[in-house]
Amino acid sequence: MAWREDWRRVRAIARKDLTTELRGKAGFNAVVSLGVTILVLLGLALGPDAEALRNAAVGAVWLATLFSAVLAFNRSFQVELESGALESLLQYPGPRWTIYAGKLLGNLIFVTLMVAIVVAVGVVLFGVRIPDTWPTLLGILALGIVGLVVLGTFYASMASRSRAREVLLPLLLFPMLVPLLLAAATASKALLGADLMHEASAWIRLLAAYDLVFLIATFLAFEHVIEA
Amino acid sequence: MPASTPSSDPVLAPPPRTSLWLGLASVIALVTAQTHAILTSPPDADMGHLQKIMYVHVPAAWMTFIAFFVVLVFSVRYLWQRRENDDLLAASAAEVGATFNGLTLMLGMIWGRPAWGVWWVWDARLTSTLVLFLIFVGYLALRAFVDDTDQRARWSAAVGAIGAINVPIVYMSVTWWRTLHQPPSSPATLDAAYTLGLRLNAIALLLVLIYFIRKRYEIARLERATEHAAEAVAMGGR
Repeated sequence: MAWREDWRRVRAIARKDLTTELRGKAGFNAVVSLGVTILVLLGLALGPDAEALRNAAVGAVWLATLFSAVLAFNRSFQVELESGALESLLQYPGPRWTIYAGKLLGNLIFVTLMVAIVVAVGVVLFGVRIPDTWPTLLGILALGIVGLVVLGTFYASMASRSRAREVLLPLLLFPMLVPLLLAAATASKALLGADLMHEASAWIRLLAAYDLVFLIATFLAFEHVIEA
Repeated sequence: MPASTPSSDPVLAPPPRTSLWLGLASVIALVTAQTHAILTSPPDADMGHLQKIMYVHVPAAWMTFIAFFVVLVFSVRYLWQRRENDDLLAASAAEVGATFNGLTLMLGMIWGRPAWGVWWVWDARLTSTLVLFLIFVGYLALRAFVDDTDQRARWSAAVGAIGAINVPIVYMSVTWWRTLHQPPSSPATLDAAYTLGLRLNAIALLLVLIYFIRKRYEIARLERATEHAAEAVAMGGR
């Protein structure tokens, strides 16, 4: 079964990346600490009025997530640059897209764990009241993470091999994430309020479509990007 | 899929010179169209002579979209056929498109200050034009930071194509988010006194767009020919 072989490759690459992170831990800790630090700074800059902070909570959590996720994406390809690791990876038999899928899976797990901590800290620091619709909020968060990781992983595969990776990745990635940020933030804000306009569901559909479009587009384009 | 062979043009063959006539024609067309528009259009009932900004602002916005479309087409064609010239053409269109995009934003703000009382509003059209500009900037930054010509071509083609896919999505999301802009000016929404001026200026700016892209493309070809020549010399050619 060819697809079973491919799936094995995908898992192997994801496991390799996550094992490296697990053995090191410094990377994950640093990325999460940055996210929390950004939340604290935003709280100081926007507070101390409790109501103002509550209204800004969604935006603050997403900004903290974006800035710290960028570091995670760059790291995931940076480790491949040492001792020609990427070249060896490309030498292995099997389709190239499995490399992308593996990186995607690894980053998805990494960023989900990171976001779980950032969101928890954000809820506490910004005094968010959890509404009954919290499962939908988690769904929005999940869709947002998928879109972020898809584009982040794709652009990092280029930016991390360029001369100015620290600045290039956010420069490429953030403008592309505008629809994702708007959809996730507006839908979450609507649900944290009363969603009187019933606008959340339209945004959720947009978010899902966005994820799907770029998942397909980046899979098609990755082949051209990864060549040494 | 062809291997990553840099499609090498004949090493020193100079690219064809962009005709001087195209440049002259676009200057004359622009001067004529602007003069015609400014002299013939009556002051607008609400905006007075401020309305004249429209004759550059609106066509410049259209040219931005045309340029972006050129980037999309030649990026996709590069990924498909891997011809170096397609990459250079896409890059030239992106530079010119970013210039027109910046011009659209600046003129819109100059108009918005007296008309709306503020330099900037977070309206759908303004915001998506700004995001488009940032996507262009990212594309050009990528080109600036990658040295290997083959890698630069492949990467920027991918970024150009995926960025172009995002343009309608950005537009839609920002429209949902907020809408305040007056319906976009086009010959259909305008009083007859203004339509001819707008059409003439659109044609004039289209000529300018084509001339700029061709000129930039010609320079890019020359730069590439120089690089190939330097390589040939370094390899012990002549």
